[in-house]
Amino acid sequence: MSENRLEEAGQAKDPRQPVDPAAAEWPLWEVFVRSKAGLDHKHCGSLHATDARMAIQMARDVYTRRQEGSSVWVVRSDQIVASDPADKDMYFDPAEDKVYRHPTFYVLPKAVDHM
Amino acid sequence: MYTQAMDTMGKDDGDKPRALRSTDEMALQERFDARIDAGEFIEAKDWMPEHYRKTLVRQISQHAHSEIVGMLPEGNWISRAPTLKRKAILLAKVQDEGGHGLYLYAAAETLGTSRDQMIGALHAGKAKYSSIFNYPTLTWADVGAIGWLVDGAAIMNQVPICRCSYAPYARAMIRICREESFHQRQGFESLLTMMTHGTAAQKAMVQDAVDRWWWPSVMMFGPPDDQSPNSAQSMRWGIKRVSNDELRQKFIDAAVDQAKVLGVTLPDPDLKWNETRQAHDHGPIDWAEFWRVIGGDGPCNRERLAARIAAADEGAWVREAALAHARKRRPAEQAA
Repeated sequence: MSENRLEEAGQAKDPRQPVDPAAAEWPLWEVFVRSKAGLDHKHCGSLHATDARMAIQMARDVYTRRQEGSSVWVVRSDQIVASDPADKDMYFDPAEDKVYRHPTFYVLPKAVDHM
Repeated sequence: MYTQAMDTMGKDDGDKPRALRSTDEMALQERFDARIDAGEFIEAKDWMPEHYRKTLVRQISQHAHSEIVGMLPEGNWISRAPTLKRKAILLAKVQDEGGHGLYLYAAAETLGTSRDQMIGALHAGKAKYSSIFNYPTLTWADVGAIGWLVDGAAIMNQVPICRCSYAPYARAMIRICREESFHQRQGFESLLTMMTHGTAAQKAMVQDAVDRWWWPSVMMFGPPDDQSPNSAQSMRWGIKRVSNDELRQKFIDAAVDQAKVLGVTLPDPDLKWNETRQAHDHGPIDWAEFWRVIGGDGPCNRERLAARIAAADEGAWVREAALAHARKRRPAEQAA
Protein backbone atom coordinates (compact mmCIF):
# COMPACT_ATOMS: atom_id res chain seq x y z
CA MET A 1 0.00 0.00 0.00
CA SER A 2 2.76 2.44 0.94
CA GLU A 3 4.67 1.63 -2.27
CA ASN A 4 1.66 2.69 -4.34
CA ARG A 5 1.53 6.01 -2.53
CA LEU A 6 5.23 6.58 -3.20
CA GLU A 7 4.67 5.77 -6.87
CA GLU A 8 1.88 8.35 -7.09
CA ALA A 9 4.23 10.93 -5.66
CA GLY A 10 6.77 10.02 -8.33
CA GLN A 11 9.12 8.61 -5.75
CA ALA A 12 8.90 4.88 -6.61
CA LYS A 13 12.30 3.35 -6.05
CA ASP A 14 13.52 1.34 -9.02
CA PRO A 15 16.75 -0.35 -7.89
CA ARG A 16 18.10 -0.32 -11.46
CA GLN A 17 17.94 3.49 -11.71
CA PRO A 18 20.77 5.56 -10.20
CA VAL A 19 19.38 7.85 -7.50
CA ASP A 20 19.39 11.45 -8.69
CA PRO A 21 20.66 13.39 -5.66
CA ALA A 22 18.90 16.58 -6.77
CA ALA A 23 15.53 14.81 -6.70
CA ALA A 24 15.96 13.99 -3.02
CA GLU A 25 16.80 17.52 -1.88
CA TRP A 26 14.13 19.92 -0.76
CA PRO A 27 13.68 22.79 -3.24
CA LEU A 28 15.45 26.09 -2.57
CA TRP A 29 13.49 29.26 -1.83
CA GLU A 30 14.69 32.89 -1.69
CA VAL A 31 13.43 34.95 1.23
CA PHE A 32 12.50 38.65 1.18
CA VAL A 33 11.61 40.49 4.38
CA ARG A 34 10.00 43.88 4.95
CA SER A 35 11.21 44.84 8.41
CA LYS A 36 8.86 47.77 8.94
CA ALA A 37 5.79 49.22 7.23
CA GLY A 38 6.94 51.80 4.70
CA LEU A 39 10.16 49.98 3.73
CA ASP A 40 10.85 47.68 0.78
CA HIS A 41 11.16 43.94 1.03
CA LYS A 42 14.87 43.08 1.12
CA HIS A 43 16.44 39.83 0.02
CA CYS A 44 17.99 38.24 3.08
CA GLY A 45 19.00 34.74 1.98
CA SER A 46 17.62 31.35 1.09
CA LEU A 47 16.33 28.17 2.69
CA HIS A 48 15.16 24.68 1.76
CA ALA A 49 11.47 23.79 2.22
CA THR A 50 9.07 21.32 0.64
CA ASP A 51 6.25 23.78 -0.05
CA ALA A 52 5.22 27.42 0.24
CA ARG A 53 3.60 27.13 3.66
CA MET A 54 6.66 25.46 5.16
CA ALA A 55 8.89 28.02 3.43
CA ILE A 56 7.02 30.93 5.06
CA GLN A 57 7.10 29.32 8.51
CA MET A 58 10.79 28.57 8.23
CA ALA A 59 11.55 32.04 6.89
CA ARG A 60 10.02 33.45 10.06
CA ASP A 61 12.14 31.13 12.24
CA VAL A 62 15.38 31.66 10.36
CA TYR A 63 15.24 35.30 9.27
CA THR A 64 13.05 37.16 11.77
CA ARG A 65 14.14 36.02 15.23
CA ARG A 66 14.54 39.61 16.37
CA GLN A 67 11.09 40.64 15.11
CA GLU A 68 12.66 42.26 12.06
CA GLY A 69 9.74 41.28 9.85
CA SER A 70 6.34 42.80 9.28
CA SER A 71 6.06 40.94 5.96
CA VAL A 72 7.82 37.91 4.49
CA TRP A 73 7.86 36.81 0.83
CA VAL A 74 9.24 33.49 -0.34
CA VAL A 75 9.88 32.60 -3.97
CA ARG A 76 11.19 29.33 -5.34
CA SER A 77 14.74 30.09 -6.51
CA ASP A 78 14.12 28.50 -9.90
CA GLN A 79 11.25 30.97 -10.48
CA ILE A 80 13.50 33.99 -10.28
CA VAL A 81 14.62 35.51 -13.56
CA ALA A 82 17.84 37.49 -13.25
CA SER A 83 19.96 39.54 -15.58
CA ASP A 84 23.33 38.07 -16.42
CA PRO A 85 26.17 40.07 -14.84
CA ALA A 86 28.21 39.41 -17.99
CA ASP A 87 25.63 41.43 -19.91
CA LYS A 88 25.90 44.28 -17.43
CA ASP A 89 27.50 46.62 -19.98
CA MET A 90 24.87 45.88 -22.61
CA TYR A 91 21.90 46.49 -20.31
CA PHE A 92 23.13 49.49 -18.41
CA ASP A 93 25.67 51.24 -20.66
CA PRO A 94 23.22 53.24 -22.81
CA ALA A 95 21.90 54.97 -19.66
CA GLU A 96 25.37 56.26 -18.79
CA ASP A 97 25.58 58.74 -21.70
CA LYS A 98 22.02 60.08 -21.30
CA VAL A 99 23.12 62.94 -19.10
CA TYR A 100 19.80 64.74 -19.54
CA ARG A 101 18.36 62.23 -17.00
CA HIS A 102 20.36 63.99 -14.30
CA PRO A 103 19.19 67.14 -12.53
CA THR A 104 22.62 68.77 -12.85
CA PHE A 105 22.23 68.93 -16.65
CA TYR A 106 19.81 71.86 -16.26
CA VAL A 107 21.11 75.30 -15.36
CA LEU A 108 18.46 77.38 -13.61
CA PRO A 109 18.38 80.86 -12.05
CA LYS A 110 19.48 80.82 -8.42
CA ALA A 111 16.04 81.83 -7.17
CA VAL A 112 14.59 78.46 -8.31
CA ASP A 113 17.73 76.27 -8.18
CA HIS A 114 16.52 74.40 -5.10
CA MET A 115 14.33 72.29 -7.41
CA MET B 1 39.15 30.63 13.10
CA TYR B 2 37.00 28.94 10.49
CA THR B 3 40.17 29.08 8.45
CA GLN B 4 41.79 26.77 11.03
CA ALA B 5 41.73 23.82 8.67
CA MET B 6 42.31 25.89 5.54
CA ASP B 7 46.03 25.26 5.85
CA THR B 8 45.48 21.59 5.18
CA MET B 9 44.16 22.68 1.77
CA GLY B 10 46.66 22.22 -1.02
CA LYS B 11 47.59 18.81 0.29
CA ASP B 12 44.91 17.17 -1.90
CA ASP B 13 45.60 17.31 -5.63
CA GLY B 14 42.19 18.71 -6.46
CA ASP B 15 42.98 21.81 -4.43
CA LYS B 16 46.03 23.02 -6.32
CA PRO B 17 45.26 26.13 -8.38
CA ARG B 18 45.75 25.14 -11.97
CA ALA B 19 47.63 27.26 -14.50
CA LEU B 20 45.56 29.72 -16.54
CA ARG B 21 44.56 28.34 -19.91
CA SER B 22 43.79 31.17 -22.29
CA THR B 23 44.16 34.91 -22.87
CA ASP B 24 40.41 35.30 -22.23
CA GLU B 25 40.84 33.77 -18.82
CA MET B 26 43.85 36.00 -18.13
CA ALA B 27 41.75 39.06 -18.98
CA LEU B 28 38.98 37.88 -16.65
CA GLN B 29 41.55 37.23 -13.92
CA GLU B 30 42.99 40.72 -14.32
CA ARG B 31 39.53 42.30 -14.11
CA PHE B 32 38.77 40.21 -11.06
CA ASP B 33 42.01 41.24 -9.31
CA ALA B 34 41.30 44.89 -10.13
CA ARG B 35 37.83 44.64 -8.62
CA ILE B 36 39.27 43.08 -5.44
CA ASP B 37 41.95 45.77 -5.22
CA ALA B 38 39.30 48.46 -5.64
CA GLY B 39 37.43 46.99 -2.67
CA GLU B 40 34.48 45.92 -4.84
CA PHE B 41 32.17 43.07 -3.88
CA ILE B 42 31.92 39.82 -5.81
CA GLU B 43 28.38 38.46 -6.18
CA ALA B 44 27.24 34.91 -6.84
CA LYS B 45 27.01 35.02 -10.64
CA ASP B 46 30.20 37.05 -11.22
CA TRP B 47 33.21 35.37 -12.81
CA MET B 48 35.72 34.24 -10.20
CA PRO B 49 38.88 32.12 -10.23
CA GLU B 50 38.11 28.47 -9.52
CA HIS B 51 40.46 28.51 -6.53
CA TYR B 52 38.65 31.55 -5.04
CA ARG B 53 35.37 29.66 -5.36
CA LYS B 54 36.82 26.48 -3.81
CA THR B 55 38.43 28.38 -0.94
CA LEU B 56 35.14 30.08 -0.12
CA VAL B 57 33.07 26.90 -0.38
CA ARG B 58 35.42 25.26 2.08
CA GLN B 59 35.60 28.18 4.49
CA ILE B 60 31.90 29.07 4.49
CA SER B 61 30.76 25.45 4.79
CA GLN B 62 33.21 24.80 7.64
CA HIS B 63 31.94 27.94 9.32
CA ALA B 64 28.37 26.62 8.93
CA HIS B 65 29.34 23.18 10.29
CA SER B 66 30.95 24.92 13.29
CA GLU B 67 27.69 26.69 14.15
CA ILE B 68 25.63 23.50 13.97
CA VAL B 69 28.11 21.31 15.87
CA GLY B 70 28.48 24.22 18.31
CA MET B 71 24.86 23.70 19.33
CA LEU B 72 25.81 20.38 20.94
CA PRO B 73 28.07 21.32 23.90
CA GLU B 74 25.64 24.00 25.09
CA GLY B 75 22.52 22.06 24.11
CA ASN B 76 23.72 19.59 26.72
CA TRP B 77 22.82 22.11 29.45
CA ILE B 78 19.36 23.23 28.30
CA SER B 79 17.65 20.58 30.41
CA ARG B 80 20.02 21.25 33.33
CA ALA B 81 20.01 25.07 33.49
CA PRO B 82 19.66 26.24 37.11
CA THR B 83 16.76 28.69 36.55
CA LEU B 84 13.99 29.32 34.02
CA LYS B 85 15.68 32.59 33.03
CA ARG B 86 18.96 30.83 32.23
CA LYS B 87 17.10 28.09 30.38
CA ALA B 88 15.25 30.59 28.18
CA ILE B 89 18.51 32.46 27.48
CA LEU B 90 20.32 29.25 26.56
CA LEU B 91 17.46 28.11 24.31
CA ALA B 92 17.58 31.46 22.49
CA LYS B 93 21.35 31.26 22.09
CA VAL B 94 21.35 27.69 20.77
CA GLN B 95 18.49 28.55 18.42
CA ASP B 96 20.58 31.47 17.14
CA GLU B 97 23.51 29.15 16.45
CA GLY B 98 21.22 26.91 14.39
CA GLY B 99 20.03 29.95 12.49
CA HIS B 100 23.61 31.12 11.90
CA GLY B 101 24.48 27.73 10.43
CA LEU B 102 21.53 28.10 8.06
CA TYR B 103 22.58 31.62 6.93
CA LEU B 104 26.01 30.22 6.15
CA TYR B 105 24.81 27.10 4.31
CA ALA B 106 22.65 29.43 2.21
CA ALA B 107 25.69 31.62 1.44
CA ALA B 108 27.81 28.58 0.53
CA GLU B 109 25.09 27.25 -1.78
CA THR B 110 25.31 30.43 -3.89
CA LEU B 111 28.76 29.16 -4.95
CA GLY B 112 27.36 26.03 -6.55
CA THR B 113 27.63 23.44 -3.80
CA SER B 114 24.60 21.65 -2.34
CA ARG B 115 23.49 21.09 1.24
CA ASP B 116 23.78 17.31 0.80
CA GLN B 117 27.35 17.66 -0.53
CA MET B 118 28.40 19.81 2.40
CA ILE B 119 26.77 17.57 5.02
CA GLY B 120 28.22 14.52 3.29
CA ALA B 121 31.72 16.00 3.50
CA LEU B 122 31.27 16.73 7.22
CA HIS B 123 30.00 13.23 7.99
CA ALA B 124 32.80 11.64 5.97
CA GLY B 125 35.35 13.59 8.01
CA LYS B 126 36.52 15.54 4.94
CA ALA B 127 35.16 18.88 6.10
CA LYS B 128 36.17 20.27 9.48
CA TYR B 129 34.57 22.46 12.10
CA SER B 130 36.19 24.69 14.69
CA SER B 131 38.42 22.76 17.13
CA ILE B 132 36.76 24.39 20.14
CA PHE B 133 33.60 22.32 19.86
CA ASN B 134 35.49 19.12 20.51
CA TYR B 135 35.73 19.93 24.22
CA PRO B 136 33.14 18.79 26.80
CA THR B 137 30.87 21.04 28.90
CA LEU B 138 31.40 19.55 32.34
CA THR B 139 29.65 22.08 34.60
CA TRP B 140 27.09 24.89 34.41
CA ALA B 141 29.98 27.38 34.58
CA ASP B 142 31.21 26.00 31.24
CA VAL B 143 28.14 27.55 29.59
CA GLY B 144 29.12 30.98 30.90
CA ALA B 145 32.78 30.44 29.99
CA ILE B 146 31.79 29.52 26.42
CA GLY B 147 29.72 32.69 26.10
CA TRP B 148 32.52 34.88 27.46
CA LEU B 149 35.56 33.31 25.79
CA VAL B 150 34.40 31.25 22.81
CA ASP B 151 31.74 33.67 21.54
CA GLY B 152 34.13 36.51 22.39
CA ALA B 153 36.76 34.97 20.13
CA ALA B 154 34.15 34.30 17.45
CA ILE B 155 33.03 37.93 17.46
CA MET B 156 36.60 39.11 17.10
CA ASN B 157 37.05 36.83 14.11
CA GLN B 158 33.69 37.58 12.51
CA VAL B 159 33.68 41.38 12.52
CA PRO B 160 36.41 41.67 9.85
CA ILE B 161 34.63 39.06 7.70
CA CYS B 162 31.71 41.52 7.41
CA ARG B 163 34.01 43.18 4.84
CA CYS B 164 34.83 39.96 2.97
CA SER B 165 35.02 40.43 -0.79
CA TYR B 166 32.42 37.72 -1.41
CA ALA B 167 29.19 39.59 -0.70
CA PRO B 168 26.80 36.75 0.27
CA TYR B 169 29.30 35.70 2.98
CA ALA B 170 29.77 39.31 4.13
CA ARG B 171 26.01 39.87 4.35
CA ALA B 172 25.50 36.65 6.32
CA MET B 173 28.26 37.77 8.67
CA ILE B 174 26.63 41.18 9.28
CA ARG B 175 23.44 39.41 10.24
CA ILE B 176 25.36 37.03 12.52
CA CYS B 177 27.36 39.79 14.24
CA ARG B 178 24.16 41.66 15.13
CA GLU B 179 22.91 38.56 16.96
CA GLU B 180 26.23 37.45 18.43
CA SER B 181 26.84 40.21 20.95
CA PHE B 182 24.14 38.96 23.34
CA HIS B 183 25.87 35.56 23.30
CA GLN B 184 29.00 36.98 24.86
CA ARG B 185 27.15 39.30 27.26
CA GLN B 186 24.92 36.56 28.65
CA GLY B 187 27.93 34.30 29.32
CA PHE B 188 29.89 37.01 31.06
CA GLU B 189 26.86 38.04 33.10
CA SER B 190 26.24 34.45 34.16
CA LEU B 191 29.83 34.12 35.42
CA LEU B 192 29.69 37.55 37.07
CA THR B 193 26.53 36.54 38.96
CA MET B 194 28.27 33.44 40.33
CA MET B 195 31.47 35.32 41.20
CA THR B 196 29.56 38.15 42.91
CA HIS B 197 26.75 36.29 44.70
CA GLY B 198 27.85 32.66 44.59
CA THR B 199 29.08 30.25 47.20
CA ALA B 200 32.74 29.36 47.49
CA ALA B 201 32.02 26.14 45.60
CA GLN B 202 30.34 28.06 42.76
CA LYS B 203 33.27 30.47 42.49
CA ALA B 204 35.64 27.52 42.34
CA MET B 205 33.46 26.02 39.60
CA VAL B 206 33.79 29.23 37.57
CA GLN B 207 37.57 29.29 37.99
CA ASP B 208 37.79 25.63 36.97
CA ALA B 209 35.77 26.31 33.80
CA VAL B 210 38.03 29.24 32.90
CA ASP B 211 41.11 27.06 33.51
CA ARG B 212 39.78 24.49 31.00
CA TRP B 213 38.45 26.84 28.29
CA TRP B 214 41.21 29.49 28.16
CA TRP B 215 43.86 27.75 26.04
CA PRO B 216 41.39 26.10 23.60
CA SER B 217 39.84 29.57 23.08
CA VAL B 218 43.26 31.08 22.36
CA MET B 219 43.83 28.29 19.80
CA MET B 220 40.56 29.15 18.04
CA PHE B 221 42.38 31.79 16.00
CA GLY B 222 44.35 29.10 14.21
CA PRO B 223 48.06 28.44 13.80
CA PRO B 224 50.61 31.27 14.06
CA ASP B 225 50.95 33.43 10.95
CA ASP B 226 54.28 31.89 10.00
CA GLN B 227 52.62 28.46 9.94
CA SER B 228 49.59 29.53 7.89
CA PRO B 229 50.71 29.25 4.26
CA ASN B 230 47.26 29.86 2.77
CA SER B 231 46.63 33.08 4.68
CA ALA B 232 48.48 35.20 2.13
CA GLN B 233 46.24 34.12 -0.76
CA SER B 234 43.10 34.63 1.35
CA MET B 235 44.29 38.13 2.26
CA ARG B 236 45.09 38.89 -1.40
CA TRP B 237 41.52 38.01 -2.29
CA GLY B 238 39.91 39.99 0.52
CA ILE B 239 38.53 36.86 2.18
CA LYS B 240 40.74 37.19 5.23
CA ARG B 241 41.29 40.75 6.47
CA VAL B 242 43.26 40.36 9.70
CA SER B 243 45.95 37.80 10.52
CA ASN B 244 45.55 34.99 13.08
CA ASP B 245 48.16 36.41 15.44
CA GLU B 246 46.74 39.92 15.31
CA LEU B 247 43.25 38.70 16.21
CA ARG B 248 44.62 36.45 18.92
CA GLN B 249 46.52 39.33 20.50
CA LYS B 250 43.41 41.56 20.49
CA PHE B 251 41.43 38.78 22.15
CA ILE B 252 44.00 38.18 24.88
CA ASP B 253 44.33 41.89 25.66
CA ALA B 254 40.54 42.28 25.98
CA ALA B 255 40.17 39.10 28.06
CA VAL B 256 42.79 40.11 30.63
CA ASP B 257 40.76 43.20 31.58
CA GLN B 258 37.50 41.24 31.55
CA ALA B 259 39.01 38.56 33.83
CA LYS B 260 39.91 41.27 36.35
CA VAL B 261 36.27 42.43 36.44
CA LEU B 262 35.15 38.84 37.04
CA GLY B 263 37.77 38.20 39.67
CA VAL B 264 39.14 35.08 37.98
CA THR B 265 42.73 34.30 37.04
CA LEU B 266 43.74 33.17 33.56
CA PRO B 267 45.79 29.95 33.60
CA ASP B 268 48.90 31.52 32.05
CA PRO B 269 51.66 32.51 34.49
CA ASP B 270 53.50 34.27 31.64
CA LEU B 271 50.72 36.77 30.91
CA LYS B 272 52.30 40.16 31.36
CA TRP B 273 51.78 43.66 29.97
CA ASN B 274 54.59 44.62 27.61
CA GLU B 275 55.01 48.41 27.64
CA THR B 276 57.02 48.46 24.39
CA ARG B 277 54.54 46.37 22.40
CA GLN B 278 51.54 47.94 24.19
CA ALA B 279 50.12 44.43 24.41
CA HIS B 280 50.20 41.42 26.72
CA ASP B 281 52.97 38.87 26.35
CA HIS B 282 51.70 35.35 26.88
CA GLY B 283 53.00 31.85 27.46
CA PRO B 284 53.63 29.21 24.80
CA ILE B 285 50.57 27.66 23.12
CA ASP B 286 50.50 23.87 22.93
CA TRP B 287 50.13 23.52 19.16
CA ALA B 288 50.50 19.76 19.41
CA GLU B 289 47.15 19.69 21.22
CA PHE B 290 45.59 21.90 18.53
CA TRP B 291 46.69 19.65 15.66
CA ARG B 292 45.63 16.55 17.58
CA VAL B 293 42.15 17.94 18.22
CA ILE B 294 41.68 19.25 14.69
CA GLY B 295 42.96 15.94 13.35
CA GLY B 296 40.20 14.02 15.12
CA ASP B 297 41.73 13.10 18.47
CA GLY B 298 40.16 15.63 20.84
CA PRO B 299 37.97 14.69 23.84
CA CYS B 300 34.65 14.80 21.96
CA ASN B 301 35.33 14.51 18.22
CA ARG B 302 33.78 11.07 17.82
CA GLU B 303 30.82 11.97 20.03
CA ARG B 304 30.10 15.19 18.10
CA LEU B 305 30.24 13.56 14.68
CA ALA B 306 28.19 10.58 15.85
CA ALA B 307 25.50 12.95 17.13
CA ARG B 308 25.34 14.77 13.78
CA ILE B 309 25.24 11.54 11.76
CA ALA B 310 22.53 10.09 14.02
CA ALA B 311 20.45 13.28 13.62
CA ALA B 312 20.73 13.09 9.84
CA ASP B 313 20.01 9.36 9.66
CA GLU B 314 17.14 9.37 12.14
CA GLY B 315 15.52 12.36 10.47
CA ALA B 316 15.80 11.00 6.92
CA TRP B 317 12.31 9.48 6.92
CA VAL B 318 10.82 12.85 7.92
CA ARG B 319 12.58 14.68 5.08
CA GLU B 320 11.56 12.03 2.54
CA ALA B 321 7.97 11.94 3.76
CA ALA B 322 7.64 15.72 3.71
CA LEU B 323 8.91 15.87 0.14
CA ALA B 324 6.66 13.02 -1.03
CA HIS B 325 3.67 14.65 0.66
CA ALA B 326 4.37 18.04 -0.93
CA ARG B 327 4.79 16.50 -4.40
CA LYS B 328 1.57 14.57 -4.02
CA ARG B 329 -0.40 17.68 -3.07
CA ARG B 330 1.09 19.99 -5.69
CA PRO B 331 -1.01 19.04 -8.78
CA ALA B 332 -4.24 19.65 -6.80
CA GLU B 333 -3.06 23.13 -5.74
CA GLN B 334 -2.04 24.11 -9.26
CA ALA B 335 -5.43 23.07 -10.64
CA ALA B 336 -7.00 25.91 -8.61
